[in-house]
Amino acid sequence: MKYTFEMILLGVGAFLALVGAGFTQDRHFEAHMWVLFFVLLAGTIMLMRRIEFSPVSAGRAPPPPPQSEYFDEVVKYGVIATVFWGVVGFLVGVVVALQLAFPDLNIEPWFNFGRMRPLHTSAVIFAFGGNALIATSFYIVQRTSRARLFGGNLGWFVFWGYQLFIVMAATGYLLGITQSKEYAEPEWYVDLWLTIVWVAYLVAFLGTLLTRREPHIYVANWFYLAFIVTIAMLHIVNNLAVPVSFVGSKSYSAFAGVQDALTQWWYGHNAVGFFLTAGFLGMMYYFIPKQANRPVYSYRLSIIHFWSLIFMYIWAGPHHLHYTALPDWAQTLGMVFSVMLWMPSWGGMINGLMTLSGAWDKIRTDPIIRMMVMAVAFYGMATFEGPMMSIKTVNSLSHYTDWTIGHVHSGALGWNGLITFGAIYYLVPKLWNRERLYSVRMVNWHFWLATLGIVVYAAVMWVAGIQQGLMWREYDDQGFLVYSFAESVAAMVPYYVLRALGGALFLSGALLMAFNVTMTILGRQRDEAPIFGATPALKAAE
Amino acid sequence: METYTAMRQFADSWALLAMTLFFLGVVAFIFRPGAKKAADQAAAIPLKED
Repeated sequence: MKYTFEMILLGVGAFLALVGAGFTQDRHFEAHMWVLFFVLLAGTIMLMRRIEFSPVSAGRAPPPPPQSEYFDEVVKYGVIATVFWGVVGFLVGVVVALQLAFPDLNIEPWFNFGRMRPLHTSAVIFAFGGNALIATSFYIVQRTSRARLFGGNLGWFVFWGYQLFIVMAATGYLLGITQSKEYAEPEWYVDLWLTIVWVAYLVAFLGTLLTRREPHIYVANWFYLAFIVTIAMLHIVNNLAVPVSFVGSKSYSAFAGVQDALTQWWYGHNAVGFFLTAGFLGMMYYFIPKQANRPVYSYRLSIIHFWSLIFMYIWAGPHHLHYTALPDWAQTLGMVFSVMLWMPSWGGMINGLMTLSGAWDKIRTDPIIRMMVMAVAFYGMATFEGPMMSIKTVNSLSHYTDWTIGHVHSGALGWNGLITFGAIYYLVPKLWNRERLYSVRMVNWHFWLATLGIVVYAAVMWVAGIQQGLMWREYDDQGFLVYSFAESVAAMVPYYVLRALGGALFLSGALLMAFNVTMTILGRQRDEAPIFGATPALKAAE
Repeated sequence: METYTAMRQFADSWALLAMTLFFLGVVAFIFRPGAKKAADQAAAIPLKED
């Protein structure tokens, strides 16, 4: 396969980055453009090395490589990228947790908490989660449509374009480039690039659905499509901004004041609702039935789950702005919709769990199923805790405290993390045609390390958050605040150390996964006794 | 009328009604006669041969 056109485009891109670095007045932008230049140059050289200069005798081109029915090569890259970015993101998470516990670890200017924190959040949400979503959506949409991924090499563009977005976002944060919107920190030029990649993603996904050979569109694809379309809308609206210069990193938002805040949290909460929930529910509705080898408990419930989730999530954002300048009616609206969301969320959780009805023994014998079940259980717990915290009276205690951080992590580590790990363990032997994973026992270890890590993390943050909230609101009998802010910070030290421990447990599980996946790809099998109670015939999901 | 006010009034009257009716329509459609068989067929899609 020749990529002449792509190579020329990359070369032109590298040149433009160089021009940008040369013409700018902004030293951040200059550094960022140098990064872009070297990345694109490396890409150009890699493509150039693929060109064959051997003479083609008498116009006899080498036969094109046989095209399999499904475009799985990009899914393989996506799985590897997911594991890689997962380890990176969790590692940065442990580092920032330690920075909070031991402030001396803040290394100015590139590696202080303020710059490392968005690096962590973006690495886990967009790099780890995003790659997992792109890879699994490509895998699932092809199989449930019984059609090859639409658009030929478009899948490659989506994959590599998305990696470029990740690299630009991550290096930008460390250089100090941010538009200061939580989970939407990248500046205008990186946002524009993501928009292009995302439209290509939509075309590839939707095109596959339109060329499907299966008459019905399976529900997992509904969730993925909702995720892709909604993220496109949220990303474009929230990032509407006017750059100061076309060769500068700074831009100003199209919104101001409370409108800006509401737009941001309309974006922010729906990033949770559609990126971290809808997309990952697509994973749940495919991989749990596959791994358990049973159809989903109630397909009709999954349809109701879909529509009610879609209709309600979009209104929940204002609960991030309780007791602010946002009008009261909007705050109450956000709260009411958040509470109502509890129903579809639990409907989906029950649907996922009940898929195992009649096969509950698999939780004991199959660590991958156990991982997926724990993921769905954490989905249920996080979607119970969330509506509760959105109630204004509860929020007056929980907001701005570490309780919120604990809540986010029980959802992100428990639900998104574990369901993704389950999907990876399912996918790797399939994609690389291996009989089984290198080690099933290591999956079991990963399960327990991850679960223990999440439990430590969430429990510690509950205690820390509630203590913080109570300290901040403590008045004495003369109406003075009892504690200064710094006292509430100092009281957090033991919790922050324990939190780092929980994160380290979770990270060590992910390292085991990286090793297990690598060995499986290399074709090794660990000589080990089967999991207790599992007969070899039960192990394979076929 | 000011654009904001007009859109706001449209949003919390007709648009709200339309969305509610759409949602109720979806629910009614799912429980139509014969839907169970179609749903069971759809649920089996991922379990067919890879």
